[in-house]
Amino acid sequence: MTDESDGTRTMAESPYVDLDDLVGRIPDGCHLAMPKDGAGTAAEAVRALIRRGISDLHLVCLPVGGYAADLLIGAGCVSTIECSGVSLGEFGFASRFRAAVESGGVRIKDATCQAIYAAVQASEKGAPFAPIRGLIGTDILRFRDDWKVIQNPIADHDDPIVVVPAIKPDIALFHARLGDRLGNIWVSNSRECVQLAHAATDSIATVEEIHDGNLMEDERYLSGTIPPIYVGAVAHVPGGALPVYSPATGAINHEHMKAYASAAKTEAGFRDYLERHVMGARQAA
Amino acid sequence: MIEGQRNVAVGTASPIPAAAALLVQALSGGATRASLLGSQVYNPFNDGGSELHDRAGQGRIDVFFLSGGQIDGTGNINLVGTGEYPEVDTRFPGSYGSGFLYFMVPRVILFREEHSQRVFVPKVDFISAPGASADNIHRRGGPYALVTNLCVFAYDRSRHRFRLDSLHPGTTLDQIRDNTGFDFDCPDDPATTPPPEPKRLSLIRDRISSELAETYPEFASRRLGHVPQI
Repeated sequence: MTDESDGTRTMAESPYVDLDDLVGRIPDGCHLAMPKDGAGTAAEAVRALIRRGISDLHLVCLPVGGYAADLLIGAGCVSTIECSGVSLGEFGFASRFRAAVESGGVRIKDATCQAIYAAVQASEKGAPFAPIRGLIGTDILRFRDDWKVIQNPIADHDDPIVVVPAIKPDIALFHARLGDRLGNIWVSNSRECVQLAHAATDSIATVEEIHDGNLMEDERYLSGTIPPIYVGAVAHVPGGALPVYSPATGAINHEHMKAYASAAKTEAGFRDYLERHVMGARQAA
Repeated sequence: MIEGQRNVAVGTASPIPAAAALLVQALSGGATRASLLGSQVYNPFNDGGSELHDRAGQGRIDVFFLSGGQIDGTGNINLVGTGEYPEVDTRFPGSYGSGFLYFMVPRVILFREEHSQRVFVPKVDFISAPGASADNIHRRGGPYALVTNLCVFAYDRSRHRFRLDSLHPGTTLDQIRDNTGFDFDCPDDPATTPPPEPKRLSLIRDRISSELAETYPEFASRRLGHVPQI
């Protein structure tokens, strides 16, 4: 049990669960948020989520998606994606995302990076919306019914500005370098994880390594630590970001990413990838 | 285009602009700072991805690079897709930072290797970011130049049009006209883009390729012949 009043836990009240229990907290239809690749992608948890047969996700990517978003979309788990882009970076196009958008299989809410950051930060502050420069004259804005253009109320001259509603995800999911036994999670400088944890109703994390001691009591870790008041459950999953680059360990599986990018180009190739790397017994990618 | 500028930032999936930024940084003796998104070493930011956008919003990024699946003659860029939105015929990855940064960074250099009518179109199918805005729109920056594998265009902000600046060695004006879907201004006798001096070329092949390999290992080994240190 977590004491909601001050977020403290005793050693006996471990927040640690196994991976299947962790992803069991994500219901169908959930507004699920994930940080961009490289800021802590919980890839192993996403594969577990697919094995569980999750459906109808509203996926929020802060601010862009990569391998995990493409995998969830290809597996048919996503109904709406809100992001400013999805790609596999140096490994090329996110082909399942591409195919799903082209066919209308997934609804896309296109954005630009700063709009998603601003919307998530508005939620951190409990504000209903955030103003953002730029965007006027773009088709991004034209197709976003939920974004408005207002007159800058502070200016004394004609100054239209875009406002975007706060994004409050149900659950944020990410992979972090360290977790202590009290449920503190150390994400170093992956601020996307911190922003999402603050903005979301609940957060769940996988961690690379268990840290002996209290991360909140060590000033070297303090500013990069997310306390348990934000994090509902944690699973210890070494290599949990693979094959995606992990800031936690610096590890990335280049060959696997190349193989995925290639396999995902066709539906048949993707199905084969799912069978081999996702649906079978759990294996580190 | 970059030399003499203080803060040059490069987004994701941009190995050639990243190489250019690192080259200018190396030549500047520290006066120019290259910031590569995705780099652990050449990245002065430590507060997440929003910090780059925040600094651009404040006017503290001088140069940025953008590209486009389609680019038109008024400098509009399309990073979303061709055909009718949202179920486009060909979907591109997405607008990324463009819808904000194109307004906020004084000098945005458009970079696209493929010089074809498929890319350089009369009018983009989707505006991720517009080349020009109405006078009442808060806008600090926008397109400055367009660099392709055939030539360099300069952007004329008063006329919202590109002007051919130089042809790369071996390229003809007819070749540019045949492969450009938009109308552009052209001097009578366009200059030739100067090739990199031997000293710069060796700098690129030695120092820059290894600096680049930290963020773009595939590109550095494939295109610059970088051999990873084991």
